[in-house]
Amino acid sequence: MGTVHHSPASQSRLASIWHRYLFSTDHKVIGMQYLFTGMAMAIIGGFFAYVFRMQLAFPGKEVLGYGLVNANNYNMLITNHGAIMIFWVAMPVLIAAFGNYLIPLMAGCDDMVFPRINRLSYQIFLLSVLVLIASFFVAGGGFGGAWTSYPPLSANPAYNLTPNGASLWLLAVALEFVAFLLGGINFITTLMNSRAPGMRMYDIPIVLWMIVIASVLFMGSVGPLIAGAVMLLFDQTLAIGFFDPSKGGDPVLWQHLFWFFGHPEVYVVLLPAMGITAEIITVFSRKKLFAYKTVLFTTIAVGVLSFFVWAHHQFISGIDPRMANIFTITTVIISVPITEMMFVYIATLYGGSIQFTTPMLFALAFLAEFLIGGVTGIFLGASSADIYFHDTYFVLAHFHYTFVPIAIIAVFAGLYYWFPKMFGRMMNDKLGHVHFWGTIIPFNCIFIPLFYLGAAGDHRRIYNYENFPDLMRGHMQDLRIVATISLLVMLAFQGVFLYNFFSSMFRGKKAGKNPWQANTLEWVAESPPPHGNFPTLPVVYRPPYEYSVPGRSSDFWPQNEKA
Amino acid sequence: MMGSIIEQASSYAAEIDQVILVVAVLGGFWLLLTEGVLFYFLFRYRRKRSPRAKYMSGESHGEKAWIHWPHNLVIVCDMVIIAFAMSAWYNIKQDLPPADATIRIVGQQWAWRFTHPGSAGELGSSEDVEIVDELHLQVNKTYHFKLESSDVLHSFSVPVFRLKQDAIPGRIITGWFKPTKEGAFDIQCAEICGIGHGAMVAKLIVQNEDDYAQWIAAERLRTKG
Repeated sequence: MGTVHHSPASQSRLASIWHRYLFSTDHKVIGMQYLFTGMAMAIIGGFFAYVFRMQLAFPGKEVLGYGLVNANNYNMLITNHGAIMIFWVAMPVLIAAFGNYLIPLMAGCDDMVFPRINRLSYQIFLLSVLVLIASFFVAGGGFGGAWTSYPPLSANPAYNLTPNGASLWLLAVALEFVAFLLGGINFITTLMNSRAPGMRMYDIPIVLWMIVIASVLFMGSVGPLIAGAVMLLFDQTLAIGFFDPSKGGDPVLWQHLFWFFGHPEVYVVLLPAMGITAEIITVFSRKKLFAYKTVLFTTIAVGVLSFFVWAHHQFISGIDPRMANIFTITTVIISVPITEMMFVYIATLYGGSIQFTTPMLFALAFLAEFLIGGVTGIFLGASSADIYFHDTYFVLAHFHYTFVPIAIIAVFAGLYYWFPKMFGRMMNDKLGHVHFWGTIIPFNCIFIPLFYLGAAGDHRRIYNYENFPDLMRGHMQDLRIVATISLLVMLAFQGVFLYNFFSSMFRGKKAGKNPWQANTLEWVAESPPPHGNFPTLPVVYRPPYEYSVPGRSSDFWPQNEKA
Repeated sequence: MMGSIIEQASSYAAEIDQVILVVAVLGGFWLLLTEGVLFYFLFRYRRKRSPRAKYMSGESHGEKAWIHWPHNLVIVCDMVIIAFAMSAWYNIKQDLPPADATIRIVGQQWAWRFTHPGSAGELGSSEDVEIVDELHLQVNKTYHFKLESSDVLHSFSVPVFRLKQDAIPGRIITGWFKPTKEGAFDIQCAEICGIGHGAMVAKLIVQNEDDYAQWIAAERLRTKG
């Protein structure tokens, strides 16, 4: 299925690198392209967070590496921090990088079903990155109307004062969605049609199920948003007025279109993270996943329910107040399948033989931290409590307690775990532990103060709290400084990761095919797997989590081993 | 709990704080229990103490009961939370108690305009007093507000009242509140509205009947003269 590029011998080395790394149709190379682009974007998003947190802690002081932050810069920084971290970090890394890399390897086939569509997907994604970065530098500056981009502010240049930035930003978001639509088609088709012989539905590793269900959610929810984005683009450039009340439009319509996508989107990134965690905790506790079918069906239940909760973002937005009751019920009820999944994961650890390797630590931290994010979400799903918490730092702390575990902690877990497969060498475990504690401790020290500040009344997207006397009482400014300093510590420790990652790529201990003694098919291939993945395509004889089976001397039992 | 973090200055502040407390107690219980079990397992089943893992599929009835009972209890807790949330929501956002006076609030880039009513408590008379960025109210009087916006979305937020409502251009949104505490408080705009959003602050001044009468008389003189 995969199209192999045969470079003629006469071609120069440069041209062959160009072909191999930029125009490859190999799913692994495309996965790496998404991974490295996502990592580069994470550095930009992290830098933005550093700049605006410095402004909040020390208002009006020059920020090292950026300069003075005025209200306009501040809005642009927070808008693009949010947009980058969700659309250009979480999505490309969790869905596209892990999905592309893992689906053919773990399903036991040689490549994606549509390799050229896959290549096109990355190329469009790269284009969206370039358009986004261009939007920072055009006349008028980058867009600053928040990542949710509510009209009329986002629709009318007279209100947002960024005529070029706003349109380019929106175009970049729309392009990015097109890229992931193409990727999603591939993921679903490949998993459904190209599994190794013998791999039945219940033999599919959970991470693949979750990535594919996430792709289904994405494809089901993104349509209304792409339509909305085109309407908003028309409003911006031609003043059509879809969202302009003076022309018969309605600004609240955008919020429905946006959140109809926006809430399933949370689960689109959550599910791959949950899947990565499932693979890691089973391997490092040498346990079979507890109640595989329950996990699968609760995942589907979460997916279906996630389409019926969107208006909890809009309780006080001026929708009919009776509607809030319906969405309170659906939102609080979605906690049931999610807690069920958490219980199942914890039950998997029961009776295990737990090894605290770096990937395992990150996977466990994902569970422990995401629980906090989940529980604090109930305050916001309960309509009347949300009247107070809406648009405060409590909301901000809540969703960072979900998104950081998803897009940072679970991604690190996955990178440490699959690094030996990706590059054929081991990462340093000691440095991994340093990086782990240097990430987890400051992470909590950033966002616990922000929960308190939100409860005390800090509202969001404010560049200088000195303007609000009630918000400067007591120790509130000190807590803002604590959060900022914790962020600096957390960012500094990412240097340890980058050093470990890039030095291990060349100098790490050789990994061999299956360093973690895991069961799934990617560990059958060479590390790193060549183009085409397997010398002969594997055959599957059993489910993926047969660890510590009684009566066997070895405590793992690869899916492809005959007996 | 919330009352010690931020003052309660409206008739429904305590009701919202009660919902928050219910969620905190029930959610906190599950959080501590789950984290407790998680950390106990990590300690109890570390490789040193547990060199060989048990084999179980989790598919049998007996094993699944460990998941199903907590699951059912979570549903019960969810029902309690939904009941508290919906009843408070009904009282605050769906029900509209009769008003002693009505005010108009207009959000614009980047200021709040407040219209105080005449002595009958109704808007539209020649006694209306409109001022920018300062709202005067009488304590223990029920107010209706008519919330508008003249440009983009804004959100009228008074943290001590536990009140927040978005303003939408082209619509007039009606709501209510009843101040219960005298003093000066912040009014925020809680929805991003452009470069001045971070400075869109107004003052709320809650006074007793006499002080308010004195203030509004002086204000009427000032605006007429």
